[in-house]
Amino acid sequence: MNAVALTAAETRFERPRCLAIVPAFNEAESIAEVVTEIRDVDPEIEVLVIDDGSTDATAAVAESAGARVIRLPLNLGIGGAVQAGYLYAFERGFDVAVQIDGDGQHDAQELGRLLDPILADRADLAIGTRFAGPRTYRAPLARRIGIGVFATLVSLRVRQRMTDTTSGFRAVNRRGIRLFAADYPHDYPEVESVVTASRGDLRIAEVPVAMRTRTAGRSSITTARSFYYVVKVLLALFVGLFPQTPLTIED
Amino acid sequence: MPVQLFAALASVALLGLVIELIRTRKLRERYALLWLATAGVILFFALWREGLHDLAKGLGIAYPPNALFVLALLFVLTLLLHFSTVISKLSDRSTLLTQRLALMEERLRELEDGPGTRPTLREVK
Repeated sequence: MNAVALTAAETRFERPRCLAIVPAFNEAESIAEVVTEIRDVDPEIEVLVIDDGSTDATAAVAESAGARVIRLPLNLGIGGAVQAGYLYAFERGFDVAVQIDGDGQHDAQELGRLLDPILADRADLAIGTRFAGPRTYRAPLARRIGIGVFATLVSLRVRQRMTDTTSGFRAVNRRGIRLFAADYPHDYPEVESVVTASRGDLRIAEVPVAMRTRTAGRSSITTARSFYYVVKVLLALFVGLFPQTPLTIED
Repeated sequence: MPVQLFAALASVALLGLVIELIRTRKLRERYALLWLATAGVILFFALWREGLHDLAKGLGIAYPPNALFVLALLFVLTLLLHFSTVISKLSDRSTLLTQRLALMEERLRELEDGPGTRPTLREVK
């Protein structure tokens, strides 16, 4: 299916090379645990922490926990940080990339389940969803409504049932890495990137996973910002209905 | 009359300011063009009263100087939209530069530290 991925995997390792992209902004309290957990679950995964201009010891803590660290000199926000990770994965020839939040809300134990459809080549993008499986995650009512509205709109747009488009726990193969390295939305990228993936003809699969409540820090989406978040994403979804200038990346 | 005199003086001052900014290299010619056009159009209609009257009549504006300000406002709005696109482009570029710089710094640190000092895939394996 994917010639590039197969040759890269075959020549160097038995398994496809996998990169864990962990965006972190001032997550010094939780980042070590996240890194250690990923390494414990699968030591062959290279852990890359993107320090998004933190003012605390995030980078140093992540490095001593055994992660490779990219320090952004400016705070780009989650979209720009994650895209830096995809650029790294693209440049270094990784076959698979997994996105895991640095705040500890994504359970590394679920990595295998998330990677399943990617490694079996059933999907190009796998999204860990909190809702398609057992009910372990209860979001506040307002947020549940928002998540539901986005899910409905995105489902209509990508002509496929999506239950949790706001989840930042996802995995992509080489095709997905290539697409996101070239074209990844800014600010609050989760919902939009599903549409980006659909427009880039990626096969999308949802994987039910358990998620935890945050172990430290606060959600980046405060009440004051949620209005901007909703309006911005709705606008992006609306504009996404029309053909857009594609962004591409050179090999 | 005083309104037109004011408009004429203001547009002349604007023209002078724009040229001065270009001269001292504080404004790129590329962005000065829209400003020059704005000032030029205001000046043109401030001086040519019949033209302004005809224009006001055509637009259904009772008081001709208002036509002048409507026109100026349209130009300024265009200018602002233009600036928004410039800002978007600049922020896209700074994002790209930030990402590339961070990736390069990582690569540089890796080279300076030498092989084996950082956890690699082979080492863990």
